Amino acid sequence: MRKTAADPKGVLEGSHFLDGDHAIAEGALAAGCRFFAGYPITPSTETAERFAERCPAAGGMFIQMEDEIASIAALVGGAWGGQKVMTVTSGPGLSLMMENLGLAVMTETPMVIADVQRAGPSTGLPTLPAQQDMMQIRWGSHGDYRIIALCPDSPQECFDLTVEAFNLSETYRVPVFIMADETVGHMHEKVVIPPAGEIGVVERNWYEGPKADYRPYQFTGKDVAPMVKAGDGYRFHITGLTHDERGYPHLTVDQNEKVVTHLIEKIDSNADKIIQLDESEVDGADVVVVSYGITSRIVSRAVQLAREAGIKTGSMRLITIWPFAEKRIEELAGKVKAIVVPEINYGQMVREVERSAAGRCKVVSVPHCGGAVHDPEVILDAIKEASK
Amino acid sequence: MSIEVNIDKFRAESPMTDFLRMERMPHIWCPGCGIGTVVNSFAEAVKKSGMDMDKLAVISGIGCTGRVAGYVNFDSIHTTHGRAIPVATGLKLANPEMKVVVVSGDGDLTGIGGNHFIHAARRNMDIMVICVNNFTYGMTGGQVTPTTPQTANASTTPYGNYEYPFSLPFLADACGATYVARWTSLHARNITKSIREALNHKGFSFIEVIAPCTTLYQRRNRLGDGLDALEYYKEEAGVEKDVDTREVGIDFQGDIVMGRFVNQEKPTYEEAVNERYANVLGDDYQLYGMSKPEREEKAKREAEERAKVQALMEDEEAQMMAEDMGVDEEGL
Amino acid sequence: MHEVRFSGFGGQGIVRCALITGKALSMYDDKFATMTQSFGPEARGGACSSQLVVSESRILYPYVTLPGVLIALSQDSYTTYEPKLKDGGVLIYEADLVTPKEDDGRVQMYPAPVTRFAEELGNRLFANLVTLGCFSAITKIVTPEAMKKALPGLVPDRFLEVNKKAFDKGYAYGLESLEKKPLVTGDAQ
Repeated sequence: MRKTAADPKGVLEGSHFLDGDHAIAEGALAAGCRFFAGYPITPSTETAERFAERCPAAGGMFIQMEDEIASIAALVGGAWGGQKVMTVTSGPGLSLMMENLGLAVMTETPMVIADVQRAGPSTGLPTLPAQQDMMQIRWGSHGDYRIIALCPDSPQECFDLTVEAFNLSETYRVPVFIMADETVGHMHEKVVIPPAGEIGVVERNWYEGPKADYRPYQFTGKDVAPMVKAGDGYRFHITGLTHDERGYPHLTVDQNEKVVTHLIEKIDSNADKIIQLDESEVDGADVVVVSYGITSRIVSRAVQLAREAGIKTGSMRLITIWPFAEKRIEELAGKVKAIVVPEINYGQMVREVERSAAGRCKVVSVPHCGGAVHDPEVILDAIKEASK
Repeated sequence: MSIEVNIDKFRAESPMTDFLRMERMPHIWCPGCGIGTVVNSFAEAVKKSGMDMDKLAVISGIGCTGRVAGYVNFDSIHTTHGRAIPVATGLKLANPEMKVVVVSGDGDLTGIGGNHFIHAARRNMDIMVICVNNFTYGMTGGQVTPTTPQTANASTTPYGNYEYPFSLPFLADACGATYVARWTSLHARNITKSIREALNHKGFSFIEVIAPCTTLYQRRNRLGDGLDALEYYKEEAGVEKDVDTREVGIDFQGDIVMGRFVNQEKPTYEEAVNERYANVLGDDYQLYGMSKPEREEKAKREAEERAKVQALMEDEEAQMMAEDMGVDEEGL
Repeated sequence: MHEVRFSGFGGQGIVRCALITGKALSMYDDKFATMTQSFGPEARGGACSSQLVVSESRILYPYVTLPGVLIALSQDSYTTYEPKLKDGGVLIYEADLVTPKEDDGRVQMYPAPVTRFAEELGNRLFANLVTLGCFSAITKIVTPEAMKKALPGLVPDRFLEVNKKAFDKGYAYGLESLEKKPLVTGDAQ
């Protein structure tokens, strides 16, 4: 998809000392997001606060809705009203969003949802980090579908990946998640925001053509149909029901197969284009540590210690969580002794690694309960054990 | 009984051709259902208003009335259960040029969607909400709703309803709605006029239409068919002026107080946002690319337009009454 | 690489201290700085803290593990965090609010009456800037120029000048303290 320069009104060019939550808001504004609906929840609220403060100058609209259900529902309306839209939340709010995540998926409505993860279940540890929502965003709404999820490990990446999330969302007409966590969300670091001209932004693919010929959907499993916005005379209809190309309900098994296959294939068939990984010294490694988000930064110390101890250790950071990098993991699994997967949960993404490795190498889970990051020594021990 | 219908002829010749997605006809509603009356009145109101139909969006939730968005020929969204109002809120704020209308049922709007309803009213969000209140969840088989009168039988209150129901005009009024009216599906002309007024109203407008669910509510409560429901409305529904919305609750097969209960001006959500930002941030503030003078100019233009439409409506009504079109003058 | 912990009780501007220092280092002193803060039960009631990791290169591990510098502005925070200060590390503490245990030479202790100085400037709220002045003078981790550049946006505009004054006062006091008791550097910090 063609990229254009960002609208300078939303770009706070320069160096800043920002926390991850604020960087997400800046990323959204830089990407052209002009409508934000949200509900306060620790540790994500700072994103909403920043957007509320900054949006008048950028020519945008902020609304604090009555709950998270309403927040994401408002995004569906906002997107078809013609704006790029986003919301932000954390565990309990994310659970409330699952209903209309399904509506957004089914109606192929572009939107970005930032999940600043805290420890659960339920209210859990509101102010402490976790990586326990990785599977919920993938499977949490009922039915079969795909989403895209990106995982930042620093405030700078919160900015960069939020811009990227909007670009992917527009390209594939799909909700895209930013999977931050309390630590990254509240950690302050230098964030460099480039000039507007250097930020590549994917604008919405607007339909151009005779009004009567407009179809909001095409079920090719590859590309998505261009969009229109309310008020332009196309008289579009969208529904959460199984629908035809015109968006009208079409309640048959055959049509459901057509629609759902498309929702899955439009992501799966483009997975190679979507997936971003950050690999280090993977070639020739005996052990590769696969990690994501804040855990990657803990891993980098553990890997350093392992290398000092003489173990050939590689590292792979998943920047894109979903779609999962199954091909690359499969490839690696044939070359290494073991893959070690530390994460702040009791084993979520490790299941994907196991599935992809399919027995070609050892896969070692290094779980950690929510509320704190790993001690690097624990990961080091796992690397040592796995290298034997 | 079977009725021969030439569907192609119907699609081509129906007076509703411009307003409905004729390719989707016939619709799913039962004979005697009140939803069709509301759709007809809505179409009539839009037609009379002369407004640009491209600038009108219809949003519905789930249920029988939730299907309205799928049949009307406007930009339209059929949302999840209860979420029509927040979706409408998002569309309106993202694209303030639009007139956004929510059409949904009592269960959808005030049961599962109750929280959204009260907050949209509180914010004076500039949307219109039409609630077809048939006291039942029709699509799922006749369960009790937040508006079902006490003692009425529903599939989940098989021994009669024991819950206290909402009185929707009171609820809307208490929450801050700036236009509130109630009619029954017998009073099509009044519904049309109210929708027209609401189309011309700035802020949160709420119109409740009491309508029969013949298949479930009527039958389960042994109330006869659609015609019997209209008989009941004719007998028991009456217009009251200057009535306190606290006094308009509906008992099982009891009196139905109708009328336009609330009609007042108050800044909408968007106006309040603009005013606040402009006061604090000065002339530099722009919402969606509009400067303060442009915004003021637009507000003035729209106010004039509204006044003109209001005057026109009053003229037309006077003329109709003069022609003795059977308009219930008390209600107007 | 330096690990610094600012601690005290709520309302003393502890988080602001770390924010100003982190901004100064990463934007005006050409260093890498990562600031984290304690939220939750740990941040309520007694001790509240914010942490800064400072490095010449990109910081991987963002948390303070064994800080070389501790700023303690309350008794609680001193009691909680002093044992976690590295041997030979620098302790700057509020002279009037903290009664330290006997100086056994494990760490290098610098008392500073920062609240009293702030009150002399008109408001005890400026105590955190006095503290930062002492911190900058004693540890030399961050330059005073960078600290002053970092202030706009992090202190209210109308208090900018008085905050700078508070910083200078602390800085001068820090230099005096150093003269009396020179800092032993090494890998302690």
